[in-house]
Amino acid sequence: MNPILLTPRDLAVSALLLVLDAALSVSLRLGLHRQLGVAAARMVIQLLVVGVILHRVFDAASPALTLAVVMLMAAIAAREVAARPEQQLGRFGNLAVAGSAVAGAACLTAVFALTTAIRPVPWYDPRYAVPLAGIILGNVLNAASLALDALLGSVVRERAAVEAQLALGATFGTAMARLARQAIRRGMLPMINQMSAAGVVTLPGIMTGQILAGMDPMEAVKYQILLMFLLAGGGALASVAAVLLAVRLLTDPRQRLRLDRLRPR
Amino acid sequence: MRLVGLRSALAGPFDLVIGHGEAVAISGASGSGKSLCLRMVADLDPNEGEAWLDGRPRAGMRAPEWRARVIYCAAESGWWDASVGAHFQPAQQAAAAALGERLGLAAELFAATVARLSSGERQRLALIRALVRAPAALLLDEPTSALDPASVARVEALLAERLGAGLVLMMSTHDPGQPSRLGARHLVMHAGRLGPP
Repeated sequence: MNPILLTPRDLAVSALLLVLDAALSVSLRLGLHRQLGVAAARMVIQLLVVGVILHRVFDAASPALTLAVVMLMAAIAAREVAARPEQQLGRFGNLAVAGSAVAGAACLTAVFALTTAIRPVPWYDPRYAVPLAGIILGNVLNAASLALDALLGSVVRERAAVEAQLALGATFGTAMARLARQAIRRGMLPMINQMSAAGVVTLPGIMTGQILAGMDPMEAVKYQILLMFLLAGGGALASVAAVLLAVRLLTDPRQRLRLDRLRPR
Repeated sequence: MRLVGLRSALAGPFDLVIGHGEAVAISGASGSGKSLCLRMVADLDPNEGEAWLDGRPRAGMRAPEWRARVIYCAAESGWWDASVGAHFQPAQQAAAAALGERLGLAAELFAATVARLSSGERQRLALIRALVRAPAALLLDEPTSALDPASVARVEALLAERLGAGLVLMMSTHDPGQPSRLGARHLVMHAGRLGPP
């Protein structure tokens, strides 16, 4: 079964719905039509550019170029994770934590999938590596930013509780264990929700895409299950890494709680 | 306990020798550096200089080991679990209950939640939490600020008894009568420096 290819006219027709949105905004005085237009234009341009780039990258099939694209995606994801928390670890601490957690977790998960389950030839074939890295990065970004925000927020709120344990002779690891656990849970919850809702509440996007593109539903489902496992693995790795790295940056060799290293955003 | 040139960017240097069974009470305006000084001795804030306990330098001990022997009780006590009992190890429960009785705390309080405690109950429980760990030195930040006069007398009697057993006590206080009632050496903190009253 072949996918039904879309023509520019098909897209133009579907854009009529956007015109309807704009008309609604004007008639109901929602004041959204300008934003709507800008967002739609951005979306079209961004996706067209990505399409062109992916086309080139897939044709080139060069490991160096593939790596460069994946690294760029990871860097953008890390910047998002670092910027999200209300509290910032000074001297690029957030960026260091986010960069290592996001890049480490996403790379491990993607390479694992490419060398065991999917096995394209060669394993770094950009047609598989780039979209896989993209979807894993998106989830890892979500998990790491939630976990980091939870940890940095709670350590500021619960400073007295942490220091009370330190003052009684607890190690920094013991004093932070509860907050670290809560933060890791926070990072992993969306993944658990996503898995339990999959198919019942939501039809995952990848699966929908593959079915529309002509794939057999059972094959699409298998892909989706694999992806869910990958995302769960990547999200957990990223949450744990982000929290453990941030905990290390919050202390010093004398196991003090160094909140002086945090700055409100 | 001996403090030699203990200082940070905000307070000090502090040079002080406190023998076993001896108490030092520090008074002074809020913000003069009393808490900073006590936290520095406990090594909870970055600081320079050296502190010694029984001839052993602080730098030669792991920080948790030092803090277990030189316990700091903050003016605002911190609690890391919803239940009061979780703050005491099983082996300490009996000793804690006995101290609670001496300080006028009902035994039921140990089964209560922290959120239900009054500020005075919290203050006494935080002191008990430190005492059952049998520290060599105690650093108390305004330990009786939330207590009524009868409870203050109970706490002071307990501290005097521990001093008799060789405790090293360093405390801050806003109570003008407290240093003499405890037989403590009285010092005054002014702009981050310790001086005579």
